[in-house]
Amino acid sequence: MTTNTTDHPTAAARFIANSDRMHWHDKAIWAARTRRDNASRSVPEWETLRELASRIKQHTMSRLDEYLEQFEANATRLGAQVHWARDAAEHNAIVAGILQQRGAKHVVKSKSMLTEECGLNPHLEQLGIEITDTDLGEWIVQLRHEHPSHIVTPAIHIMKEEVGQLFHEQLGTAAGATDPQYLVEAARKHLREKFLAAEVGITGVNFAVAETGGFVVCTNEGNADLGVSLPKVHIACMGIEKLIPRLTDLGVFLRLLARSATGQPITTYSSHFHGPRPGGELHIVLVDNRRSELLGSSDFQRTLKCIRCGACFNTCPVYRRSGGHSYGVTVGGPIGSIINAAREPKLHKSLPFASSLCGSCSDVCPVKIDLHQQLFVSRRHLASLGLVPKGKRFGITLAAAVFSRPRLYRLVGRLTRFGLRVLPRSLVYNRWNIWGRQRDLPPAPKYSFHELNRQRQRKDDAYK
Amino acid sequence: MTSKEIILGSIRRNRPAPGELPCLNESWTKFVDPRKKFIEVLESVGGKAIVARDQNDLAKQIESLPQIADAQTVASLVSGFGSRNIDVAAMDSPHGLSHVDVAILPGEFGVAENAAVWVTDRQVPLRVLYFLCQHLTLVIPAASIVDHMHAAYDRLIAHDRFGHDTATSRHFGVFIAGPSKTADIEQSLVIGAHGPRSLTVCLVEQC
Repeated sequence: MTTNTTDHPTAAARFIANSDRMHWHDKAIWAARTRRDNASRSVPEWETLRELASRIKQHTMSRLDEYLEQFEANATRLGAQVHWARDAAEHNAIVAGILQQRGAKHVVKSKSMLTEECGLNPHLEQLGIEITDTDLGEWIVQLRHEHPSHIVTPAIHIMKEEVGQLFHEQLGTAAGATDPQYLVEAARKHLREKFLAAEVGITGVNFAVAETGGFVVCTNEGNADLGVSLPKVHIACMGIEKLIPRLTDLGVFLRLLARSATGQPITTYSSHFHGPRPGGELHIVLVDNRRSELLGSSDFQRTLKCIRCGACFNTCPVYRRSGGHSYGVTVGGPIGSIINAAREPKLHKSLPFASSLCGSCSDVCPVKIDLHQQLFVSRRHLASLGLVPKGKRFGITLAAAVFSRPRLYRLVGRLTRFGLRVLPRSLVYNRWNIWGRQRDLPPAPKYSFHELNRQRQRKDDAYK
Repeated sequence: MTSKEIILGSIRRNRPAPGELPCLNESWTKFVDPRKKFIEVLESVGGKAIVARDQNDLAKQIESLPQIADAQTVASLVSGFGSRNIDVAAMDSPHGLSHVDVAILPGEFGVAENAAVWVTDRQVPLRVLYFLCQHLTLVIPAASIVDHMHAAYDRLIAHDRFGHDTATSRHFGVFIAGPSKTADIEQSLVIGAHGPRSLTVCLVEQC
């Protein structure tokens, strides 16, 4: 798993140190949010679709064991081999086993956040197997020995000049070339060779259908389809939460997914796999990796509805201005902050605080996850575990003490307003004032709301 | 205990409160002219539409496509239009199709709301052809366009019991909407990522 122990504020500070880049990143991501808004507004029944999607997922979770068994039975009937993996290590061992049995040395993989989560690439590389990420964005981050910074557009943090330099060094494109069309053409030529030479293709799964035993993979580039239509062996890796009960449910989810992700009416390719192709092999790896535990948490189980569209990333003011890498996890953003802190509170205790709790994420979520509520609950959860840093805890305790005593509150208010007017700046914005590092307080008003209201009442009384 | 038993056991212990599976019979938005909507959306996602009266007209219009004129290799599985420099039926390995410039293939139906065309490997045994060719041309009956994805799945299930019948469901099917594309470099849209550089959908009025 791509985890590090750096907390979000520290990593984000590095990102925002380059103000131009931060604003560039903010703007690029905001464009996706704007496209999503236009796409959702073009569908009059958008809210009905969100509600239905949410209820389908809720229902599926309440019977997940039954649907998984139904899916396995149907997939097996169609000729697929179904494998079960409790955790990342077992998932990697299953995939490696399939590859080694067939003597595969060259593998192409389309975008899959699950295999990122499990750390499949380094595992296979250790075994001497070449694995090529074929989604252009993911391939770029692979060439840079980085991880995706966004679940839909993995290379969104990289500027075209940097891609040009990377391709110049590794593919021999013209020095200084930055035209995306030219760079994509070079990648296309290079990756075609990889597709044609691969012995096995690996894909993720967007939706698996219990009643048919089939599954759907969505891409725009066509890389998943090339990767599993040339080699004879297809391995599909999926988290157990990707299940839906019926084929018709896909109508709801495919209408929501691409519109929420990129503002397209549907992805270019929505491929439905039911069993292996004639003469081929199909393996489906079902991965738990602590998802079933999350299912039992009444606070956080709703995160399992997520269809990984990335809309909550694109709308989040903190994500846009701090970049995906500052989260230090495979799935960052609002949804990832909740999931990772729920799974490993100690390691990811800073993530639920990487939010302004503005609620925009909940508004755009196509499956109506109450993200900002859960971020809040997550903070309370961390506090109960004693994982909130001392400074923050001290500040909150102090604030609670003041807010719960009206007289003290008024006194402190008066002193603060006075202090802000007369004290020198260096004293107010001292090293202990973390909040004030990037922000200024508004000018202090002369009277508090309470005082203004009392004055008004006096005036009203005088008129009577 | 096997991993399967452990995972299912853990799910059973942690199952959330039951919720009902909703029925999907809503009054979904329909279009006055689904064909017009289909063409409009297709053009907005980078595709091109051709409307042909009949097979003869279709052949004439395909013949005049610029990518056909430039093509060394044309692979066709549409009746009335022949292949050029390749015998697709004789091909038994997908790798043999790596030099196809233009593929002309049958689609089953179109979806107005998103310009998706449903295609399968029933009529195109080497499914890679849809993705490996440089330019793709799909031919569908003009009358086959449904309004939205709900109608599309209703049709898939009613028409050929896709996914519901062992004999017919062991098939690959894909909705294709426009040419392959990427916006992975600075969100700037580039048509022709790994798959076809162009998509032409031919709507035939009298098949």
